[in-house]
Amino acid sequence: MKNIRNFCIIAHIDHGKSTLADRLLDFTGSVTEREKQDQLLDNMDLERERGITIKSHAIQMEYQYEGETYVLNLIDTPGHVDFSYEVSRSIAACEGALLVVDAAQSVQAQTISNLYLALENDLEIIPVLNKVDLPSANPEEVTDDIVDLLGCAPEEVIPASAKTGVGIEEILKAVIERVPAPEGSSDSPLQALVFDSVYNPFRGVETYFRVLNGEIKKGQKIKFMATGKSYFADEIGTLKLVQHPKPIIKTGDVGYLITGIKDAREVKVGDTITLNDTPAESAIEGFEDVKPMVFAGIYPVDTEDFEELRSSMEKLQLNDASLVFTPESSAALGFGFRCGFLGMLHMEIVQERLEREFNMTVITTVPNVSYHAFTTKNTNDHIIVNNPSDLPDPSTLDRVEEPYIKATIITKSDFVGNVMSLCIDKRGQITNQTYLTTERVELTFDMPLAEIVFDFYDRLKTVSKGYASFDYTPIGMRVSKLVRVDILLNAQPVDALSALVHFDNAQTIGKKMCEKLKELIPRQQFDIPIQAAIGSKIISRETIKALRKDVTAKCYGGDISRKRKLLEKQKKGKKRMRQVGNVEIPQQAFMAVLKLND
Amino acid sequence: MVAALAKEITLRRSELQGQQVETIYFGGGTPSVLEVDEVVQLISVIQTNYQLVDNPEITLEANPDDLSEDYIIALAKSPVNRLSIGIQSFFETDLRLMNRSHTAEQAVSSIKCATRYFDNISVDLIYGIPGMDDDQWQSNIEKAVSFGLPHISSYALTVEPKTALKKFIAEKLIPEIDDEQAERQFHLLVAQLGEVGYVNYETSNFGKPGFFSKNNTAYWQGKSYLGIGPSAHSFDGEKRGWNLRNNIKYMQALAADKLPITYETLSRTDRYNEYVMTGLRTIWGVSLQKVEHEFGKTYGAYLHRQAIKYIEQKLLFWDGDILLATKKGKFLVDGIASDLFMVNLS
Repeated sequence: MKNIRNFCIIAHIDHGKSTLADRLLDFTGSVTEREKQDQLLDNMDLERERGITIKSHAIQMEYQYEGETYVLNLIDTPGHVDFSYEVSRSIAACEGALLVVDAAQSVQAQTISNLYLALENDLEIIPVLNKVDLPSANPEEVTDDIVDLLGCAPEEVIPASAKTGVGIEEILKAVIERVPAPEGSSDSPLQALVFDSVYNPFRGVETYFRVLNGEIKKGQKIKFMATGKSYFADEIGTLKLVQHPKPIIKTGDVGYLITGIKDAREVKVGDTITLNDTPAESAIEGFEDVKPMVFAGIYPVDTEDFEELRSSMEKLQLNDASLVFTPESSAALGFGFRCGFLGMLHMEIVQERLEREFNMTVITTVPNVSYHAFTTKNTNDHIIVNNPSDLPDPSTLDRVEEPYIKATIITKSDFVGNVMSLCIDKRGQITNQTYLTTERVELTFDMPLAEIVFDFYDRLKTVSKGYASFDYTPIGMRVSKLVRVDILLNAQPVDALSALVHFDNAQTIGKKMCEKLKELIPRQQFDIPIQAAIGSKIISRETIKALRKDVTAKCYGGDISRKRKLLEKQKKGKKRMRQVGNVEIPQQAFMAVLKLND
Repeated sequence: MVAALAKEITLRRSELQGQQVETIYFGGGTPSVLEVDEVVQLISVIQTNYQLVDNPEITLEANPDDLSEDYIIALAKSPVNRLSIGIQSFFETDLRLMNRSHTAEQAVSSIKCATRYFDNISVDLIYGIPGMDDDQWQSNIEKAVSFGLPHISSYALTVEPKTALKKFIAEKLIPEIDDEQAERQFHLLVAQLGEVGYVNYETSNFGKPGFFSKNNTAYWQGKSYLGIGPSAHSFDGEKRGWNLRNNIKYMQALAADKLPITYETLSRTDRYNEYVMTGLRTIWGVSLQKVEHEFGKTYGAYLHRQAIKYIEQKLLFWDGDILLATKKGKFLVDGIASDLFMVNLS
């Protein structure tokens, strides 16, 4: 146990975490030339394409240092706020963390939030100043920022470049010398922390764990304490680039477990694995059931594909346990599902995976957060509102509560004013303002989560010219004055276009919705009025004028083929539109609210 | 180029399989750059290699500035018996805006001269031009009518990508094309020409009885045609072919005795779609009987069902078993045709 080191890398997005992991694998000879591939640890296609880590993974390296062989378990962490719970569990499986800071961009919001997570778990922090090779690098100043943040000595900060390999040896040395060896008792009952799981279509769910106390042996009957389910440990082993089956995983070490579980929902990140017959007295602290934050309807483009969509979603759920869905129906869109996601990125990922892996093109409706509604009949028990149409009639409504978050934004002092106006515009209340340096300010706001869902990131980037980083944590429900804005096309309400918004914003949003829809809905052979309404009160109106000219001037020998193909394409496009009354609505209109400010 | 054209005509002699050639049309681009004897030469190559009907319609498209009196006299002596003159407008400002090489004066003089030697003349006029008001348009129509010509083609100005006009509009030097103006001017045109005996036999074509373009009508009625020259399209009832666009590559191919053509075979659905698309543009409409006979009952039933909505909106109507566009529907037939199309989503 004294030669084991468990550590993770924490960093703001794009600060070079995955590249540094690749370098460490290289340097310790954990990867053969043939296996080399950029960003080895991110193995979903989507991750590699987007250059971000969505799911965390772990890998074991062996390293000779001063005559001894050390086992280094690197646990990679996801780099997006949508997945902060998974980050926290990965961190809990470690004794140390490499805090990677980009030498040009310095400390950012995620650097800080991840650092706090690591400190809460008593991790030894090894600061790494990455990308020192960049021409724009500012090593002295950024080192000062890190020293300020951690209260460490400047010498403790390791200058490195994951790209050129500078500093890699020093990092490994620091991991061995500074990260404490795991503590734990091999005689105690088994307690192993699940920090990740991956779905393998052939072998079922692979569970990644870290043994805190006791040992786990192949063939033992084990139990997941949160779910209460027992399985046999069919195979256990350590995670190299490929899996190495082992008869035993000892105290302090990291490994994988295969039990033949076929449904990812049975393995929950943060759960504790113990032995069925001699269980531990208590589970490892910190387990949470991950709750979806954002909800949206997902509908098949062709209404006939509903069953196929259902089976695709079920398959997707097997390896994405945080995806939840229930069937719903819409007058405009037919049968579909109300889906819960961890956040907007998660939603996009699900949509993309449905397209790529299952060849399912879907219509996604306006996302919303989960509200609590209280009726006058029963002012104590809430009704969960995950869909605008679930909001009780205003006449029976006592109050509505909406989820709030604590938002942390770090920006340059030049942009404080812009960022503040944006946050106030988004119903935020400033709770703190700290100058990290004379240049860099940390702002904290209490804000409704719903405001983050709609175009917040993009606007933050714009108002700060890219110099703002953002992170958030949920802080509970608060009473809010919410109304449902309905959209009527040709006097017919389109349920899938309804949105829950704050009363003060309803007028503006209704107006912008009408304007956006006017842009997105093609002109048809008749005038189409677009109205936004709260209840029966119309708050905004636009008209899509009827088509006046829709005919090709010349249609001779050489034009016929081309024109036919063009009109066929148009027909196919129309078939993908949804018809409400006699109005044809293109798919992108259903997401229009997200892009109101474009 | 003329040699290459002659070669293509010769190489494809067997394609018509004994069918007689009813029309010859020199068009697309500016065929009036050809010397008259070149035109004559090409016609004689056709005569040598193909069977022609008696008195075939032979049309030449010409720009007013190419039509000198000498040229017209020479043409009149050739087998060419129909002229299509690219007038476009009798207003100098319109011609400049559309970047035409001829002047308003040449427009008038070319017609005057042509009428002395030819009976069968068509001119084309453009409407919906930015800045052209309805009075101006009206006087363009009146002017064209005043020459007593048997045929007028008239097109709504279309802004094609990668043209100077497109660029000028993008840079706001010229106002955007106004669909309402185009629609208004189209209806003015139909009404005015109708009054003096022209039949609007296709969206953009107006002719006195007996003077409809036989050549162009063939396209809309699904007849076979051989297209000779770069970018020209051909159709044999089942296959459509198109030649290489690039002049040099076209000539190189023929120099190597190769036909510069690519074919696609039209499926039953493709042919149905083309029939609907072209039919709705013409006074002959879409015949339900023909659809059922040529494409099958399923197509007939589908057409009938898809048309209901447009009949309710008074954009289409049935005249017996013929489906036609109403006055109101005429200017919207593309979208309507598209909706009547049969397509497989896959």
